Amino acid sequence: MVKNIIDVRNLSKSFDISSKDPGLKGTIKHFFRRKTKSLKVIKNISFEIKEGEVVGFLGANGAGKTTILKILCGLIYPSEGSILVSGYLPFRRKENFLKNITLIMGQKQQLIWDLPPIESFYLNASIYDLDKFEAKKRIKKLSEMLEIDEELFIPVRKLSLGQRMKSELLAALIHEPNILFLDEPTLGLDINAQRNLRKFLQKYNKETNATICLTSHYMKDITSLCKRVICVHNGTISYDGELDQLLKKLSPVKEILIVCQSEEDAIKLENSGFTVVNKNKNEITIKIKNNSITSSLKAILNNFEIEDLYINEPPIDEIIGKILIKKDYDL
Amino acid sequence: MISDLINHKIFTLLKVQYSNMLEYRVEIALWAISGIIPFFMLNIWTNNNLNESINISDIMLSRYFLCAFFVRQFSVVWVVFSFEEDSLMGKVSPYLIQPLNPFFRYFAQHLAEQITRFPFAIIIAFFFFIFNPESIWVPNIGILFLSIISTFLSFLIQFLIQSIVACLCFWTEKASSIERLLFIPTLFLSGLLAPVVSFPDYVKSWIYLTPFPYLIDFPANLLSGNAINVSGGLSMQILWILLLFPAFKKIWSEGTKKYTAMGS
Repeated sequence: MVKNIIDVRNLSKSFDISSKDPGLKGTIKHFFRRKTKSLKVIKNISFEIKEGEVVGFLGANGAGKTTILKILCGLIYPSEGSILVSGYLPFRRKENFLKNITLIMGQKQQLIWDLPPIESFYLNASIYDLDKFEAKKRIKKLSEMLEIDEELFIPVRKLSLGQRMKSELLAALIHEPNILFLDEPTLGLDINAQRNLRKFLQKYNKETNATICLTSHYMKDITSLCKRVICVHNGTISYDGELDQLLKKLSPVKEILIVCQSEEDAIKLENSGFTVVNKNKNEITIKIKNNSITSSLKAILNNFEIEDLYINEPPIDEIIGKILIKKDYDL
Repeated sequence: MISDLINHKIFTLLKVQYSNMLEYRVEIALWAISGIIPFFMLNIWTNNNLNESINISDIMLSRYFLCAFFVRQFSVVWVVFSFEEDSLMGKVSPYLIQPLNPFFRYFAQHLAEQITRFPFAIIIAFFFFIFNPESIWVPNIGILFLSIISTFLSFLIQFLIQSIVACLCFWTEKASSIERLLFIPTLFLSGLLAPVVSFPDYVKSWIYLTPFPYLIDFPANLLSGNAINVSGGLSMQILWILLLFPAFKKIWSEGTKKYTAMGS
């Protein structure tokens, strides 16, 4: 049985924030007397993540997904609840725990700006107690996986965003962590760089059985990497389960474009009881429930003269978008 | 364990930071030149014969201010500004989840900068001796060794004071404003503008209870060969480090609980 590597029970986090009324009066009032209030950004959430799992955290801006990652990696203290990551309390930041994890934040860098990335890699290697021989071996292996070579010797400030992100990944993975926290890792990257990064993460997960917790606004990151998603809405979990199940629940029907051989066939099909979305001469678009697609298509092919047909999956961004804006979406 | 840290992590940090500092060699030359306040003060003191009132000869006074310049060059600290910026920009976050306290990075950065400054400081001293040939002296090896230690201890005291202030970033985002308050006593009581011996006796006795005279006055007097209580001064420096280090550890541990990872 695969063991839980992350165990979160009744986790809550509040931040004290100060508010200020607009205008000069508000500014003066704010100077003499600050109004602060406690804002609960994570509200009593619980979940577990198994070793080797890749889990995507979905949610609108400000939903609390990045805060969850920051708590899991020990960057910020939780206000309530219990968390165990790899058997450690993250916020204590014990050396052995820190050697097991990494956090990558899109567009936030740890590489030294004026030096080539290779210098930062050796620095990180020494911080994680790797000897030079082992560091060299790992840099070689990771740079091959990430397909970077000459870039290692060019000052960071002269690298493109994609090259820099790859170098950031290498710096963050040199100690071979078995838990990766990735906060928007593909932010700002072009399509090819995004695809390469996803390919790399898939490979890394497969080769090392590392657990990956990921937040991203690019649905492609989620769909190609994560089997399981946790949807966060206003600091609470609105869904925790398989991505496929979520998509089926949110989009129970598919649209099918059928090209009939004649317009008469299209009219016959229109009147045969299917829900018609659109009709144009011999082309007709109908809606069919996911659970009756096979039987419905069989019936159509047997009873009508069909030239061609296309099954349209609704855009995943659109489906996920629905749960980002509404908590009580029927999940 | 400690030797491993010094041999491996700190040495690598120092190497990397030194490479980084060499990227800024022009800036460092300018910073070195900008630290010539002691020479202006020397000019004011000698032109107004102020040294007569405290029974210090012109030569000893010029040696004192040259040494004050040197001590200042190798003990100047700006960690509060670096930490504040990194903290506000969210750059501290990746460092916090590494098994090395981020202050070691800043420590190495300072040491690397001091190494980079060294040749510029020597050049400035060379020009100083051209204009003041009567001030040339060669300190004996024992005094030189103790002065280097004392200057390093002065650097440690200043680094710890500023690190404590820097940790206030966890509570208030502008901790550097608190540092500016500390700059005033540092400027007046450290011996940068005037040797502490020039203060009235009743003020002096209070000044020596603070860490300030051990930042510049004590190491500069030691190096310039003035008669001072060497063991007493070094003991006070060590005592201040022993007091400040646990205070820093405590404020760091409490502060990180408050960290909200702003900007990241």
